[in-house]
Amino acid sequence: MDNHDEPAVETAGLVKLFGETRALDGLDLTVPRGIVYGVLGPNGAGKTTAVRVLATLLRPDGGEALVFGKDVRRQADEVRGRVSLTGQFASVDEDLTGMENLILIGRLLGHRRHAARDRAAELLEAFGLTPAADRQVKTYSGGMRRRLDIAASILSTPDLLFLDEPTTGLDPRSRNQVWDIVRAIVAQGTTVLLTTQYLDEADQLASRIAVIDNGKVIAEGTKGALKASVGVGAVHLRLRDAEQRAEAAEILRSALDAQVILDHDPVAITARIADGGGDGGTERGAAEQASRALAELGRSEIVVDTFSLGQPSLDEVFLALTDRPATEGSAA
Amino acid sequence: MTTARAKDDEIELAPVAENLASVLVAKERPPRPSALSASITFGWRAVLKIKHVPEQLFDVTAFPIMMTLMFTYLFGGALAGSTTEYLQYLLPGILVTSVVMITMYTGVAVNTDIEKGVFDRFRSLPVWRPAAMVGYILGDLLRYVLASTTIMVIGLILGYRPDGGIVGVLAAVGLLMVFSFAFSWVWTMFGLFMRSEKSVMGVSMLVLFPLTFLSNVFVNPKTMPGWLQSFVDVNPITHLVAACRSTMSGTWDGGEILWVLVASAVLTVVFGTLTMRLYNRK
Repeated sequence: MDNHDEPAVETAGLVKLFGETRALDGLDLTVPRGIVYGVLGPNGAGKTTAVRVLATLLRPDGGEALVFGKDVRRQADEVRGRVSLTGQFASVDEDLTGMENLILIGRLLGHRRHAARDRAAELLEAFGLTPAADRQVKTYSGGMRRRLDIAASILSTPDLLFLDEPTTGLDPRSRNQVWDIVRAIVAQGTTVLLTTQYLDEADQLASRIAVIDNGKVIAEGTKGALKASVGVGAVHLRLRDAEQRAEAAEILRSALDAQVILDHDPVAITARIADGGGDGGTERGAAEQASRALAELGRSEIVVDTFSLGQPSLDEVFLALTDRPATEGSAA
Repeated sequence: MTTARAKDDEIELAPVAENLASVLVAKERPPRPSALSASITFGWRAVLKIKHVPEQLFDVTAFPIMMTLMFTYLFGGALAGSTTEYLQYLLPGILVTSVVMITMYTGVAVNTDIEKGVFDRFRSLPVWRPAAMVGYILGDLLRYVLASTTIMVIGLILGYRPDGGIVGVLAAVGLLMVFSFAFSWVWTMFGLFMRSEKSVMGVSMLVLFPLTFLSNVFVNPKTMPGWLQSFVDVNPITHLVAACRSTMSGTWDGGEILWVLVASAVLTVVFGTLTMRLYNRK
């Protein structure tokens, strides 16, 4: 009945219109089973729309979308039986308590009264929410809410879990908790489709990434391949003396073979390092190149106050892929 | 305030269990719940909301009391010579008016929910599609029973005496529940397509005022001009009030009762279908 070679998600030429806006404009996506698949893009790129179409919440206007081989339009009910969704805005009832929310979903999934209560208690415990079990969700913090939301999504282990920007607006500690949960979920064999605006989140969790912009996939591949296509990162410097900036920029340009950007801040310099080698080796390559550049600056007696080596930001990925900065679209 | 914050921090710090994997292990998926069971679960959610925000029961208790008192003493002397006399005529009508008026809160509840993420979760669950909507109405039926009880109690205190006895009163309330269930689908439809809670309320006033006032609730339609009488005659509220009056006074008008039941079936089919179309497309 279920062909295991079939991808978890397969779309071809998927189109969704909101009036004049083409939120999805021919989206082609193939998500293999059993991995975390990252969908990366700025606000308005069509990430949420794509997730809502795949979770049967929106009907596409054109193209094909299959989830485990089932058509999201014609076999919506079968799709719903295999997926779970944690939306961008907490998909839990704020007026009810955490416990009541989980029992509600459990009952709707067909658990009997006691089984639903036991399962709810078990999940609250595992997600560190037991002390808040009998409080209304509206009193929860963002991190607690998100954990409850994910707990609701895995009440019955889904085959495919959609996480729509699961860490947007969370503090670093809550974000790490969510990441741990996602890793545990995928280790159990659930496929996770994760949308995010943050390259480091995709980097931490996903093994394949699709970059989407204006409703289309503009790059797709393994993490390593994608990063290599973007460059390995950027060096950010702040100099002691603004007058030395031109000289420093020249040194960086020749030492790193890098694109140098002079910021509005008169003592700041950003240098984008080009690809230093193959998969995996690129990280060390970037650090080595950066330290060589620092040494060169030192030899020329240029005083560097602060220095940091960052991964390419989403803006930089966009710059590299589209030759223009990430734009804010209208449809989120 | 300080203690609440400290408590929050503790919960925030509560570690996600190391044996997270054990709760994730794929368990047997239970069979999907029946349509009735899913609807009742959604109804339970509506009841929980009342439990957490009991103030919302104000409109099903205070509003009916106000309506009954106001119209009894305002019109009683003028229309029937005495307030007790008028109450015998008015009470079944005010019962119907009050309950039908509060049916519109179903639409408001639907409208406030659709903006929230929880609606997405409900729509992505593999359950009988109309269950979420039926659940709202089931929860609201509880409110209607409360409103009906309030009005009957205040009516009895003021001197209303139903000749149809307890059976007649229960039959009237039963008919009213059937009709309100059916009529609520009008509001779930508006709740799904109107853009805001305020516009749902606006439309509901536009529908409810003519429907309840241009009927036989307050005065005998024979005193009205002919063109108005023809509207009053097709107004479902007129038939519902006539049916309730008949059971409460013990005369049991089969024709009117049948009219109400058929109208309820038609309302449910038409507006239930429209609601579900909107729900699936939202």
